[in-house]
Amino acid sequence: MSKGTSNTSTDRFAQAAIDELGWWRAHKFLFLRRASQLSVLLAFAIGPWFGLWLLKGNLSSSELLATIPLSDPLATLQVLMTGHWPELSLLLGAAIIALFYLVAGGRVFCSWVCPVNLVTDAASWLRRKFHLPRTSEMPRNLRYYLLAVVLLMPLFSGIAAWEWVNPVPVVYRALLFGAGSGLWILAAIFLLDLFISERAWCGHLCPTGAMFALLGKASPVKVSAVNAKDCDNCMDCFEVCPERQVLKPALKGTSPMITDSDCTQCGRCIDVCAQRVFQYQNRIALKAENNQ
Amino acid sequence: MNQVNRNTKAKGVNRRQFLATSAKAGCAMGLLGLGVTGVAKQSSHLDPLAIRPPGALTEDDFLSACVRCGLCVEACPYDTLKLARWFEGAPTGTPYFTARAVPCEMCDDIPCVKACPSGSLDHSLTEINESKMGIAVLIDEKSCLNFKGLRCDVCYRVCPLIDEAITLERQHNQRSDHHAMFLPTVNSDSCTGCGKCEHVCVLEESAIRVLPAHIALGKTASHDTYINTEETTLEMLNKGLTL
Repeated sequence: MSKGTSNTSTDRFAQAAIDELGWWRAHKFLFLRRASQLSVLLAFAIGPWFGLWLLKGNLSSSELLATIPLSDPLATLQVLMTGHWPELSLLLGAAIIALFYLVAGGRVFCSWVCPVNLVTDAASWLRRKFHLPRTSEMPRNLRYYLLAVVLLMPLFSGIAAWEWVNPVPVVYRALLFGAGSGLWILAAIFLLDLFISERAWCGHLCPTGAMFALLGKASPVKVSAVNAKDCDNCMDCFEVCPERQVLKPALKGTSPMITDSDCTQCGRCIDVCAQRVFQYQNRIALKAENNQ
Repeated sequence: MNQVNRNTKAKGVNRRQFLATSAKAGCAMGLLGLGVTGVAKQSSHLDPLAIRPPGALTEDDFLSACVRCGLCVEACPYDTLKLARWFEGAPTGTPYFTARAVPCEMCDDIPCVKACPSGSLDHSLTEINESKMGIAVLIDEKSCLNFKGLRCDVCYRVCPLIDEAITLERQHNQRSDHHAMFLPTVNSDSCTGCGKCEHVCVLEESAIRVLPAHIALGKTASHDTYINTEETTLEMLNKGLTL
């Protein structure tokens, strides 16, 4: 049931992996990721819902156990760009978050924490279900232009303008503060991703993702095509990867490690591959091993 | 042609392509930036009945500082503060309260200010009575019961700074020519804008309302000179006024 079937196209996506590994193992990282996204959301929500204050605030800025400040580095940078000098706790919170993703991998935020990922993954899943054609791709580096714009806007306007439309905290504000009317932004992103351009938001535009990508460039944890030689070109990983341009260099290039900072390390490629080509790897540990 | 293509492929993108796409992307993003800034500027007008928490910077500075985290809202023990929603009278995600619904209870330790990580609520405010959330204005004397010669006084009696922020000014009632009227009068120097007076006004629509200072207060032009008429003598006027 290995190489023979996985080359033939089946109706069901990733059928080969499911047959080979069973449904659960073929969805392992997807499941863990959803659990992670929801538990972060819940850690905030049990405060206003049940009075258990583990985390106060929202993704823009929060306080862990009433002591440790955590804040969004992008929101903090915007405030700084307006010329306002914030309280130390905001700066400290941004530094802690930046440091965390520096180590854990920048766009780990996108796939394991960010609530917008649920929306764009849903759009992508529907695209696959309905066999919607792949539409013309926007340039992937647009997000870096948008990041620059987001940071320049406060300089000229004096207000942190991006925070009006930033979709990332919208879900949190809707759930924690009852501000559901902002969800129109998520609806807009869903429709954009579903009908206009595939993976348009997370894969091409989001400035928060762009910032985390820059932060995570040096992080030690990466996905690696350790068994690239077993690849049978079934294309399932390309089908599901939100940043599929990062896969080819790892599969066909000289180094199997996905070093491209666009990779969100969602692990979906590990899930859907019947050949078990991909794995998470710690490149620092790997280097140390090789040097011995 | 083939040669050119091969060259292009070898280098990835050529300079001309690179410049063209950068210019295109730059322009698109610039337009988007303009649009977003426009939306933000347009919708940055605060509803006059939406009052910012204690210690809030002036509206423009507040909007450059606030990260919309809601920590002040969660710190407020009285559910006074709300985070603005889209299509409401305050920029989305920023904290405000409506005095008529729930006024500020003027906590001694001002937890909302302490919770603010960005300093959009000024941490140098440590004495709640010094706060300037807005100014109460007796906006409709015609409906105010005290102006009708009755003794309602509810706004006066509920004021945390009774006899400082709101006083009752005694006046002869010319309608009956027999009684006195006690007119609620706001002293804008002491009023903190907590909104308790507006909250308790017995009328269906409150006759006293807390307005943001920039709406409630007049301002003398800086080039105007103030003449103290009581101290001015004819002799001074003849000499020409010197200040």
